[in-house]
Amino acid sequence: MSQLIWNGLFVGSFYALVALGYSMVYGIIKLLNFAHGDIYMLGAFAGFAMLTVAGGLATSAGFVALLVVLVLAMLVTGTAGLILERVAYRPLRGAPRLSVLITAVGASFALEYGMRLVAGPNPEVYPVRLSGTTVHVLGARITLEQLALVGIAIALMAGLQYLVMGTSTGRAMRAISMDPKASLFMGINVNRVISRTFFIGSALAGAAGVMAGAYYGKIDFLMGFIIGLKAFTAAVIGGIGNIKGAMLGGLTLGMLESFGTAWLGGEWRDVFAFAFLILFLTVRPTGILGERVTERV
Amino acid sequence: MASKLSSLMENRYLGWIGLAIALLAPFVSATNYSLSVMTSALLFVMLAVGLNIVVGYCGLLDLGYAAFFAIGAYTSGVLATRYDWSLLATIPVVILAAVIAGVVIGGPTLRLRSDYLAIVTLGFGEIIRITANNLEITGGPSGIFGIPGISIGGLDLSSPVAFYYTCVVAVALAVLGAARLGRSRLGRAWRFVREDEDAAEAMGIHTYKVKLAAYIAGAIWGGLAGILFGAQLTAISPQSFTFLWSALILMAVVLGGMGSTPGVVIGAIFVSVLPELLRGAADYRYFIFGVLLIVVMIFRPQGVWPTHAVERSARKRRTDDDSTVEVNQ
Amino acid sequence: MSAPPLLQVEDLRLSFGGVTAVDGLSFTVDEGDILSVIGPNGAGKTSAFNCITGFYKPTGGKVSLDGEDITRLRPSAVAAKGVSRTFQNLRLFGELTVLDNVRAGMHLRIKQNAIDALLHTPRFRKSERIATEEAHKWLDFVGLRGDRAAEARNLPYGEQRRVEIARALARGPRLLLLDEPAAGLNHGEKNELLDLLGRIRELGIALVLIEHDMGLVMQVSRRIVVLNFGKEIADGTPEQVRNDPAVVEAYLGTEDETPAGPAHAEEEIS
Ligand SMILES: Nc1ncnc2c1ncn2[C@@H]1O[C@H](COP(=O)(O)OP(=O)(O)O)[C@@H](O)[C@H]1O
Ligand SMILES: [Mg+2]
Repeated sequence: MSQLIWNGLFVGSFYALVALGYSMVYGIIKLLNFAHGDIYMLGAFAGFAMLTVAGGLATSAGFVALLVVLVLAMLVTGTAGLILERVAYRPLRGAPRLSVLITAVGASFALEYGMRLVAGPNPEVYPVRLSGTTVHVLGARITLEQLALVGIAIALMAGLQYLVMGTSTGRAMRAISMDPKASLFMGINVNRVISRTFFIGSALAGAAGVMAGAYYGKIDFLMGFIIGLKAFTAAVIGGIGNIKGAMLGGLTLGMLESFGTAWLGGEWRDVFAFAFLILFLTVRPTGILGERVTERV
Repeated sequence: MASKLSSLMENRYLGWIGLAIALLAPFVSATNYSLSVMTSALLFVMLAVGLNIVVGYCGLLDLGYAAFFAIGAYTSGVLATRYDWSLLATIPVVILAAVIAGVVIGGPTLRLRSDYLAIVTLGFGEIIRITANNLEITGGPSGIFGIPGISIGGLDLSSPVAFYYTCVVAVALAVLGAARLGRSRLGRAWRFVREDEDAAEAMGIHTYKVKLAAYIAGAIWGGLAGILFGAQLTAISPQSFTFLWSALILMAVVLGGMGSTPGVVIGAIFVSVLPELLRGAADYRYFIFGVLLIVVMIFRPQGVWPTHAVERSARKRRTDDDSTVEVNQ
Repeated sequence: MSAPPLLQVEDLRLSFGGVTAVDGLSFTVDEGDILSVIGPNGAGKTSAFNCITGFYKPTGGKVSLDGEDITRLRPSAVAAKGVSRTFQNLRLFGELTVLDNVRAGMHLRIKQNAIDALLHTPRFRKSERIATEEAHKWLDFVGLRGDRAAEARNLPYGEQRRVEIARALARGPRLLLLDEPAAGLNHGEKNELLDLLGRIRELGIALVLIEHDMGLVMQVSRRIVVLNFGKEIADGTPEQVRNDPAVVEAYLGTEDETPAGPAHAEEEIS
């Protein structure tokens, strides 16, 4: 039981990190960024490339090296998110929603198969694997590496929370998500805030990518597809557009999957998660923390 | 030049010309390879025309269209291999299965903002693929073998040439049917919803039902194409129905011109045949497709062969002139 | 007891989070009546229309048509009962032809199903022919001059306004709600609108207008309801409203002149 809870929390913290970017972007420009999962993939590959280049140095330095790589990979994916927004999404601001969604699908495709061109179709093995000591807490087997990763995830989310609630960028982000037109009148530089949102969201996804690579050991160019879907599910469960909701949704989905897997078997995990998404949308489309808004007619 | 082109695009005999090309193609090349490429292109046309109902006419983004294709192929395949049904007899069951799946997925999500549909259908595509992979009746990861060819009343149509012509007939009907639906009261309602849901509601159009109808129509077209797919390959497996398929069908619709029948047909032929011509560049092609989607949306969202708002009876005020087959909408 | 009025709005309330857009609005419209709703921008006029037509779910109050409660119906159901409307910011189907736009209004009356459409049955042809003829009839009625086979977005603004009214009329309404029909029209077009409103009345269709053009409002309305900050501050004949101190106050602040012309009124509205 407590093992299941721990597994759920662990996986859920990954979902939460990726869901955050999804939710923040949606909150601000109402765009479902399908390429977000692929940014996570990009993060994993960026980390992979750096660790490979650093070679023996990284392997001996272990955890510290991983932290450095994590930060660098976040910069890479953050910048990639920024470029993506600039090149693919900004020209379409104000275009019909369908066009923008299709562009997002195109961006996802281009990232996936672009990476396939660069790194080849076969999975890569991560050069650093965290070998952990196991501890037992309330009957659950927990490795130290898991604890470290959850620690990093919590630190990142705390940082984000500070950013959104405590800085002027964060205030501007919240203002835009509430009323984009009014924000423009109030002199907020909307483009800059959107760029920053993409940067932050993509950096978080990149961090999750590196962490997943280091934990699971294998990465491939399609690894972002399923996680993108899961992150969306998490964002919807929590209430899309809501930052706390994304965290809550990630953890909830992780738990649900953990228990669902124990109940139905691992091969049904994804089916269970997506079926739950459909069910959830039927019952409470606004999510746990979302509010109902009346769209202007 | 431009006006010549646009008058060509509105030519009412376009449907007949397309049909003639399809009928004559085997006289140019009838090797097993070329027939198989052409048959695949036809199936792709059927899928694209079906997806066009959802995306082009109604403006709903369906990213899991391959799921309906899979439902059709598996339903008919299982009935044919395990219960010895003829493929023709499976048609009503396939339609029923497609309708049920359409209601289950579309029912809850079409009430919500349209972008939710996109991602839910993406998840649905995965649900169907994984389920086919996990179940015993669908043959698990290795799928179903030995799906019989199509035969009508003892007439065996499974030779490559006969099957090709069977597909020409079936796909021509599918294209014509979709185009006719598009020009009817229901088809207009789809476009009203695409253009402005609130205004459509204000005119008494129950937008939820109309969207569900589009989604279900698309499901039926996809399911029926699945029967032909199983008959062509004689074997299907979960591998045949990945997201890649859904994305390629969407690509065909978007590149050709959402909502435009000739555009979508050409887009489908392009997307299905091009890889055969560009075997060497196989590694690049999906990357290029992705970039192409972005470029098209930014610079030419109407596709290569856009829809024209046509009004055939505007000044003449007579409508008894639509006896010719015409798919230019 | 006499028959219930065509439209009865009772104590209608609507708020969005903290903002109260409509705050206890009540009025009735009789068969063939013509009523105007006026008030400064942001007074809640459009929101009231949206509540009546089912686009917004009111937080309180009741809307009934012929005594039947329609408060919780979805917009298409309200439209099916014979309430038709236009939108403040023109909502045509821009990429569709003018005729198709008007056919939208006839959706519920076109008798054909999917099978008819697939097989092009005689029933299909007949219903399409009737629809086209009727669409032309409504476009003639509103006096459309532009190309009817053109995409609606390519017409001049004033013509688009006409198409929207033709579309609403094609619904076959008993009650027609027009949200600022004169906005953006020039002087000549306003006169034509006035004439059109008269002819719509002759069809026996009751009208409710939201309008800022006081000249037009005073000339055409039988009764006027005045809103300010969501509250109803007056309901009476043009004469009564013109002289109502609360209305003068709302429109002109401290000045004590009567709100005579549209120019005056529009200056004050912001
Ligand atoms: N969907 C909505 N969400 C939030 N506020 C709204 C919405 N629709 C209208 N409002 C607010 O309600 C008030 C009344 O608006 P409206 O009905 O458009 O006024 P009017 O038509 O009289 O100019 C305004 O303060 C407006 O901002
Ligand atoms: Mg208004």
